[in-house]
Amino acid sequence: MSVGAAVPSRPAWQVPVVLLVLLAAVPAVANAADMGFATSLVTRIMIYAIAALSLDLILGYGAMVSFGHAAFVGIGAYAVGIASAHDLWDATLTFPIAVLAAGLFALATGAISLRTRGVYFIMITLAFGQMAYFTASSLSEYGGDDGLTMWGRSEILGTTPFEDDTAFYYVVLGCLAGCFLFARAMVGSRFGRVIAGVRESRLRMQAVGFNPYAYQLVAYVVAGMMAGLAGALLANHAEFVSPSYMSWQRSGDLIIMVVLGGMGTLHGAVLGAIAYLALEEMLSHVTEHWRVIFGPMLILVVLFARGGLGRLIGRSDGDG
Amino acid sequence: MTATLVAVQVLNGLQLGVLLFLVAAGLTLVFGVMDFINLAHGVQYMLGAYLAVTFYGLTGNFFAALVLALLAALAFGLLLEFVVFRHLYDRDHLDQVLATFGVILFLNEGVRIVWGAAPLSYPIPEMLKGTIPLIEGFGYPIYRVAMILAGLATALLLWVLVTRTRVGMLVRAGATNPRMVSALGVDIRRLFMIVFGFGAMLAGFAGVMSGPILSVEPGMGDGVLILAFVVIVIGGIGSIRGAFVSALIIGLVDTLGRSFMTDIFKAFLAPAAANQVGPAIASMLIYLLMAGVLFFRPSGLFPAAGR
Repeated sequence: MSVGAAVPSRPAWQVPVVLLVLLAAVPAVANAADMGFATSLVTRIMIYAIAALSLDLILGYGAMVSFGHAAFVGIGAYAVGIASAHDLWDATLTFPIAVLAAGLFALATGAISLRTRGVYFIMITLAFGQMAYFTASSLSEYGGDDGLTMWGRSEILGTTPFEDDTAFYYVVLGCLAGCFLFARAMVGSRFGRVIAGVRESRLRMQAVGFNPYAYQLVAYVVAGMMAGLAGALLANHAEFVSPSYMSWQRSGDLIIMVVLGGMGTLHGAVLGAIAYLALEEMLSHVTEHWRVIFGPMLILVVLFARGGLGRLIGRSDGDG
Repeated sequence: MTATLVAVQVLNGLQLGVLLFLVAAGLTLVFGVMDFINLAHGVQYMLGAYLAVTFYGLTGNFFAALVLALLAALAFGLLLEFVVFRHLYDRDHLDQVLATFGVILFLNEGVRIVWGAAPLSYPIPEMLKGTIPLIEGFGYPIYRVAMILAGLATALLLWVLVTRTRVGMLVRAGATNPRMVSALGVDIRRLFMIVFGFGAMLAGFAGVMSGPILSVEPGMGDGVLILAFVVIVIGGIGSIRGAFVSALIIGLVDTLGRSFMTDIFKAFLAPAAANQVGPAIASMLIYLLMAGVLFFRPSGLFPAAGR
């Protein structure tokens, strides 16, 4: 069974560059059109795009269907939130902690999860996600079920660049671009080829002398760390962290974003996050029962639009 | 008194266990025979309860509502199979997860539109009211005992169906090698429909029974679904026997853990710390169990033959 038959082709550069230009223009346009909320909305979208990008690394390129990916986001968010509760505000300290904490969790859970295959992998990652969720819910010192409010945003060496929404927007955009370039370098490298090779045939990769487990584990940890970064940004954006960031529905949302955008394309994950959250925003203005519309749309996309948005757009650009 | 408390919690655990078994049985059969992950199985449990609310409102009789709700749940399961699931059997697991996730979104919200977001309920039937005395002045509700018995009876019926009838034989054969069964001239699509409808009805049955003791609300199936997945993964996907054993294990471990974990931790931790750690460990106990089982036996306790 092949999850996402992504043939590594020449990396398309048109779509990512167009996306970057469009995203960079958002705050100026939003300010000119007097729609300040748009900046905030797109900031949130880009944060989830980072998380979806990290999931695409393992899901799209490695066929590791992680159903607990939201846990890494939540752990990154909680690291920043808990640090703030202890009056630690410096991002040069808290962000590395958030990324490392998520990475450690990925290392421990990945070491166990990657022993299993297929549905069992889906379920065991779900189980670890639930464990993280319940742990967060039981942190009564840090808000428990109700979540933890942060009284401000992170600082950098005593300055507060995150406080300004536009400045924070560009910080998030920079993180997204950085993660994108890193992920692209990774999938293009020898390491990335091994991961894709294991997806196609584990046995053959073993036969030519690779240890699939070690490669997959490293990819899993890198993805976890990237999601942890998204979590740290999310905590700063909302100035609030809550166990609901880790719920299994959030993990499902991330998978939807990746598949909606097209697995194994990287920019597809970004497009998927934009499409999913923008759609949610628009439909929720039409009716509070927007899920009644979104559910069937999702089913139709799965049934009829295999390959997702990324391939659709990639194709019309003459690439693919 | 402590012994009574333990006895009550063991009964509660059994009751949760049989409930989980009813949901998990359909899930594991559908997965075993069709290689189909149905996340929407939990909403079928929810629908059972909601249908019972409506039919109870119409008839005023629990048992009439039960029968009508089961028939409606069956019909609805077949409808879903016909409209959506049928087109997903030859897709990969990821597509199935996504499409059935879409079904969950739709139905959870649809239920909110039709029945409202407020929790609903219907009463326990008159003849099952009251308690069975355990010691003087302390009894256990008859209704919960009836639930345990009904669950066990269903398990027995299922066992007879699967091991002693022709359809059951085909189901077992289908779980082992669906292509071969199909090649031997069995209409595998029809077999799928039967299994699917039956599974939907079992989940609906669990929903109807839990209606009077839990609140009937949108999203009530989600938690049950995750628990049922834990059950079938621990039991070994496709195995009814495994689902039964692990459903009871999960029911007992979860219930007893929630009741006694804090006290256990108080034995060697400060009370404040125990009050914090106890509930946290209790709620993740079954996931720890599942991770442990998968670590040592990556395909569950009773892996179905041929898989």
